[in-house]
Amino acid sequence: MLTVSAVYAGSDMLAFILRRLVQSVIVMLTVALVAFALFRFVGDPIASMVGQETTLAERAEMREALGLNDPFVVQFAKFVTRAATGDFGISYRLQQPVMELILSRLPATLELALVSGVAAFVFGVGFGVYTALNRGNWLSGTIMTASLIGVSLPTFLIGVLLIWVFAVELQWLPSFGRGETVYIGNWWRTGLLTESGRASLILPAITLGLYQMTLIMRLVRAEMLEVLRTDYIKFARARGLSNRAVHFGHALKNTLVPVITITGLQLGSIIAFSIITETVFQWPGVGALFINSVRFVDVPVMAAYLMLIALVFVVINLIVDLLYYAVDPRLRVDRANTRH
Amino acid sequence: MFMMPNLRTARAGLMMGAAAAALVLTSVTADAETIRWARVGDALTMDPHSQNEGPTHTLNHHIYETLVGRADDGSLTQRLATDWGISEEDENVWVFTIREGVKFHDGSDMTVEDVVFSLDRARTPPSGMAALHAAVEEVTAVDDTTVHVRMSGPAPLYVQNLTNTFIMSKAWAEANGVETSPNFAAGEEAHSVRNTNGTGPYMLVERDPEVRTVLRAFEDHWADAPEVTEIIYTPITEAATRVAALLSGEVDIVQDVPVQDIARLEQTDGISVVRGPENRNIFFSYDMTSDSLASSNADGNPFASPEVREAMSLAIDRNAIQQVVMRGESQPSAAPLPPFVNGWTEDMHAFGDPDLARAGELMAEAGYPDGFSVQLDCPNDRYLNDESICQALVGMLARINIQVDLNAQTRSLHFPLIENWETDFYLLGWGVPTFDSQYVFDFLVHSREGSYGSFNGSRYSNPELDEKIQALATMTDLEERDALIAEIWDEVMEERIFLNVHNQVLAYAMRDGINLDVHPENQPRMTTVTFD
Repeated sequence: MLTVSAVYAGSDMLAFILRRLVQSVIVMLTVALVAFALFRFVGDPIASMVGQETTLAERAEMREALGLNDPFVVQFAKFVTRAATGDFGISYRLQQPVMELILSRLPATLELALVSGVAAFVFGVGFGVYTALNRGNWLSGTIMTASLIGVSLPTFLIGVLLIWVFAVELQWLPSFGRGETVYIGNWWRTGLLTESGRASLILPAITLGLYQMTLIMRLVRAEMLEVLRTDYIKFARARGLSNRAVHFGHALKNTLVPVITITGLQLGSIIAFSIITETVFQWPGVGALFINSVRFVDVPVMAAYLMLIALVFVVINLIVDLLYYAVDPRLRVDRANTRH
Repeated sequence: MFMMPNLRTARAGLMMGAAAAALVLTSVTADAETIRWARVGDALTMDPHSQNEGPTHTLNHHIYETLVGRADDGSLTQRLATDWGISEEDENVWVFTIREGVKFHDGSDMTVEDVVFSLDRARTPPSGMAALHAAVEEVTAVDDTTVHVRMSGPAPLYVQNLTNTFIMSKAWAEANGVETSPNFAAGEEAHSVRNTNGTGPYMLVERDPEVRTVLRAFEDHWADAPEVTEIIYTPITEAATRVAALLSGEVDIVQDVPVQDIARLEQTDGISVVRGPENRNIFFSYDMTSDSLASSNADGNPFASPEVREAMSLAIDRNAIQQVVMRGESQPSAAPLPPFVNGWTEDMHAFGDPDLARAGELMAEAGYPDGFSVQLDCPNDRYLNDESICQALVGMLARINIQVDLNAQTRSLHFPLIENWETDFYLLGWGVPTFDSQYVFDFLVHSREGSYGSFNGSRYSNPELDEKIQALATMTDLEERDALIAEIWDEVMEERIFLNVHNQVLAYAMRDGINLDVHPENQPRMTTVTFD
């Protein structure tokens, strides 16, 4: 049964989504433009594509054939019209269609990002709660100190340290690669279903997730300490509830809203910033593909990767906006009221 | 935490098991041996002619074969050709005798038709090999074992250009629509990028670009079976990870060992390092003909003055660069060509200690007693420690009052500067795949015109010398030709067109018990691997 205000809210929702979509397209176009402007400064792809015997005339011919001599506007327009149909051209370096290349590398990055995101959330919340409840004990002190290392050490160094300890010295875990992979469906290659695949995932996931974990842990700890001081916790205790119920049922539950928001938004960063982790561990994802492409001035791959990352952020932001709209009743009521 | 079994122990266990089995069953002759081989980058493509690039050739040499091979000492060896020479009737024709009984991986026989097809494909654009075959006019099969290559003129060294030109199956290429090498601009992937059908000692089993490539020994190969029966090739970009993978026993051979890790790896139990000279020398050069330099405060062009060029050669301390920058891993030399290249002499190689007093005098004589400033362009990701070499030179030239402003950047920005004559002073490395001085002259000394002088960033132009260089290409009397090469080098060294630093040294690190020599073109062959 629809009330009048619900109908209004529905159409309002549609307008909201449409407005957001238009904004997203503008953002994507802007990213494409900025990326294209930057490519003019990464150098000449021809230099890495041909052997040293190639004559200057042949180089010039090749540049012409690839359209590198066209004016900026023409190159950009060509790129956008082709990209709109999902055609990002062919990689200068690997001679494969860019779309196919990126799709084949994407599962590796997404699995890594997801596992490290989940691990960061679980351990972050766990450690955060523990250190909030056990202030002053030695283990909390140790965790807090160790977490400082997590935020202050660069990812590259953490990765190399982990490799040194767990792969070289202890020889427990592999130092590089993704282990054995199997296909789910036609193109999703997963390492999660094989033992070597899971073993290979551990070190990169820790490296990538350590910063996020520290962030979440400190956030949870601060929020917990805040909430534990509030009146309703005192009342809960006064009602004679067990510590467990107070800590987890009342305190933790109320700290989680900001934590979930942060974790969601961080997922985008994890995907985007997996570049370093992927390089250190020779993880065959899109980040490593991007770095190799930059070295080779493989413009089609660089362009497609930047568009993909922009898309990830745009989609995540869109979902977050929609969730806010759905979750926060005040937003809807305000809008509905202004109509009357 | 999940425990991965100690790979070394597991391997030793396997080998012991195999040894025990061999004792019981004497009919077992050879153990299956896998080599896990890591280097910094992957082959760009499996297409045999598309890219003229080191790592691509290195991997393809295992799958495809060339007419002639290059031995570790740089000499030519038989491969798919058993004999070659210039025709006695016509000095413009090269005659190749093709090996009989060679099979492709798909089981078909290799014929002279395949050889003709492959040479034609390699010399037709957009093949990356075309420049090496520019002088070829026609390739014909004369009989079942003979192929004639007709050149536009006498080409006494043409066979040297064939060491990376692979032979592929004509029928297979036609069946899969890859009669010409893949075209970047065409926008689609060719079948030959990830599929192969060669005659080489190994067959491609799995190709996962930039992740893993697996090769298995081809049983019908014409030569003796190699000791290595399986190759697992994995690119590992990050230097620290590459070394760690060797130390943890996850790979057996690391081809690109970072200079700073060589000494440490040598002292590690269970790891050995082999070294050898690479076919690549590193040198500085400068614009010595323009009227003035864009990046300099000096009046006129100081590099045009022979005194300034001599002063710079007296200021550079090659031994210090070797010891401090290269940690001993280089061969300091004044000769602007690698030692095994035809034309190299001990005299060109020799250099004295730096003499700053004399250098200062020369600077004053040249009219620059207070020195001058100039920008040095340098790549930072192309050669071993390239940027550090340039930094060292900045300090050395400061002692004779040349203020050098260092501009180190990625190779894709650096090389166009040389190509477009936008640099006054630059670092360049040069390999000589033909192992003959003519290659150096053609690209670095000859005036820039047509296919000549494309890397001549010094703008040096000497019509008399150009004539001599062009004459080299068609001289069939090799003694006379060598004399002319020496004559040209005398002039080049006299003019100081190049300020050479050193020859690069290659180092491969491997598990103890594996024997592999350094290949001068950095193209190690797993067929040459032996086990203790």
